[in-house]
Amino acid sequence: MVYEVIVGGKPHRLELEKASCGWECHLDGQLVQIDAVMPRRDVLSLLVEGHAYEIKREQTATDLHLWVGGTRFAVELRDPRSLRSRQHAAGDEKGPRKVLALMPGRIVRLLVAENSEVDAGQGIVVVEAMKMQNEIKSPKKGVVKKIAATPGAAVNPGDVLAIVE
Amino acid sequence: MVGSAKRANSSPVHPSMFKKILIANRGEIAVRIIRACREMGIATVAVYSDVDRAALHVRKADEAYSIGPAAASESYLRMDKILDVAKRSGAEAIHPGYGFLSENAKFAQACADASVKFIGPTPHSMNLMGSKTSARRQMEKAGVPMVPGTSHGLASPEEAEQVAERVGYPVMLKAAAGGGGKGMRLVQTRQELRSALESARSEAQRSFGDSEVYIEKAIANPRHIEMQVLADEHGNTVWLGERECSIQRRHQKVLEEAPSSIVDPDVRRRMGEVAVKVAQAANYSNAGTVEFLVDPQRNFYFLEMNTRLQVEHPVTELTTGLDLVHLQIRIAAGEKLPFQQSDVAIRGHAMECRIYAEDPDNNYFPSPGKIAMLLEPSGPGIRHDSGIYEGWNVPMDYDPLLAKLIGYSTDRPQTIMRLKRALYEYFVAGIKTNISLFQRILGDADFQAGRLDTGYLDRLLAKGNRAITSSAVEKERATFEAIAAIAAGMFAVLDPASPVGKDNEVNTAGPAAVPSNWRRKGREEGLR
Repeated sequence: MVYEVIVGGKPHRLELEKASCGWECHLDGQLVQIDAVMPRRDVLSLLVEGHAYEIKREQTATDLHLWVGGTRFAVELRDPRSLRSRQHAAGDEKGPRKVLALMPGRIVRLLVAENSEVDAGQGIVVVEAMKMQNEIKSPKKGVVKKIAATPGAAVNPGDVLAIVE
Repeated sequence: MVGSAKRANSSPVHPSMFKKILIANRGEIAVRIIRACREMGIATVAVYSDVDRAALHVRKADEAYSIGPAAASESYLRMDKILDVAKRSGAEAIHPGYGFLSENAKFAQACADASVKFIGPTPHSMNLMGSKTSARRQMEKAGVPMVPGTSHGLASPEEAEQVAERVGYPVMLKAAAGGGGKGMRLVQTRQELRSALESARSEAQRSFGDSEVYIEKAIANPRHIEMQVLADEHGNTVWLGERECSIQRRHQKVLEEAPSSIVDPDVRRRMGEVAVKVAQAANYSNAGTVEFLVDPQRNFYFLEMNTRLQVEHPVTELTTGLDLVHLQIRIAAGEKLPFQQSDVAIRGHAMECRIYAEDPDNNYFPSPGKIAMLLEPSGPGIRHDSGIYEGWNVPMDYDPLLAKLIGYSTDRPQTIMRLKRALYEYFVAGIKTNISLFQRILGDADFQAGRLDTGYLDRLLAKGNRAITSSAVEKERATFEAIAAIAAGMFAVLDPASPVGKDNEVNTAGPAAVPSNWRRKGREEGLR
């Protein structure tokens, strides 16, 4: 198994191969012997040359974080053979991007109209949850191709609110 | 803890004790009160809104009744519905918890009118403390130290200018009916005063339906320290020590501890005596909290009185050995305080982390949703007052407080290490929480040295996430980063159901659509 793993913005190449006892792991070309079990869903017990680590996985509709001890890392995992990953790697700035709801809430208002130009980081819609309002921002500079959010409507994490191209 | 007080706190239940109590609240505090009732042999009645049917407080109570839709104004704030449930269930008393109706004098009066005991002070005391200006007037009479300023609403911008000139800039404009930072403005110079007064007034009108605004001298870098008091209905009032509450964001407390690192026994006694004086001036009964601003020279000034049980009451329970909810109920049942001031002793150090459903990567915006996994901390000196469980869907309609993690031990350094250990064990998945924030606070040198004021947390957050200092920490982070990379791959191998690749780009027509068609086709074949 070969993966491209991005941890806190830094890419790593990871190869994993089943060994007679545990796994053989090449991280950025360096070989380590590891043993891994999942005592329950989203918890991994990892033994690396005598050191024990418990890693917890936090997955939402939009992103993945791993906790190692008290430290939390934003992680992306890609299979370098997949076409989409290669497209992804070719550059996020090209092509249309979805603006996603990060948490459950209610649409309060729209800040831009369809076909308007926006800068990266410019607010697109306002979502309210637990009495707080949050601006959902554009991931890139471009044109708002579509707005899928309606004021008053409830949204769930991962729902598409708008598309910016 | 002196022996006699301990014995008194656990003496057998009085014959006139309530047999059934309604808890007009939800979340961790409703669970906390239900637990106290069960310990006292009192039956409990929960109320719940439509989105709280499966909430922990409903599961823990003896009886539970629906009181309407999710919106608090349609359920937890509806006095008529709650009193109707009290009547139907035969509850003799109502515990309001904190928030919702807990400081609503009209509700306390409505309870009295319906012959249901409100577990808290009288409507009269609540009214007196409810308006900050009337509280100031009352406290002036009682000779309580206060921040210089006015004790009535400002009549005109000219009056505001005169008062500001007299007490000296900077000044604070505050709404008389205020709370939570609404209708509050810090004014540095005379030029800003008029427009600040205007905007504070209109915000106060919008938020509280009352545009009364008064003026106070602004204290630079204050600490927010409060004193717990307890009064029975026979004229006995005691103080139970201070709580340091300076760690705040958006006027919301985040971490509290007892005792405060700047309060010595002499300051504590003086502050306690003033707090008792405040309570007596308001003819106060039951549990209450007197809030003070403390300047760097340790002068303390009366700020306001909270006429309810506080969120952070557990730190006082741990350092005094008393159970405040038990005592609230016994006082409401007409019992005398079972101990005297001289029996109260402060021992050890307690600290509370408020675990909020908030996203640390998104400016601490609330993050409701389903709790996919919950690993709760335990072990020596750890108390976890929680309103959540694994699988529970945290509704978007209420306050984001999920639970309180409280650590207790011999002294402050040991309590900090103990809490760090507990936070290390604590894990919530599915929704975002502020657990990582506490690791940062507890590991910060200023916090460890007790250099705190109400601006501390904003300064810490402004430093950014990369406040790494030592090379040892740097090295550990690099190791952890490698472990995270390996773990990401192992999760994918051992749990193939988990998705590989984050898919934030739009899947336009063309090549990218092909593999998913293949996948679908493959699944169809597999079903045959």
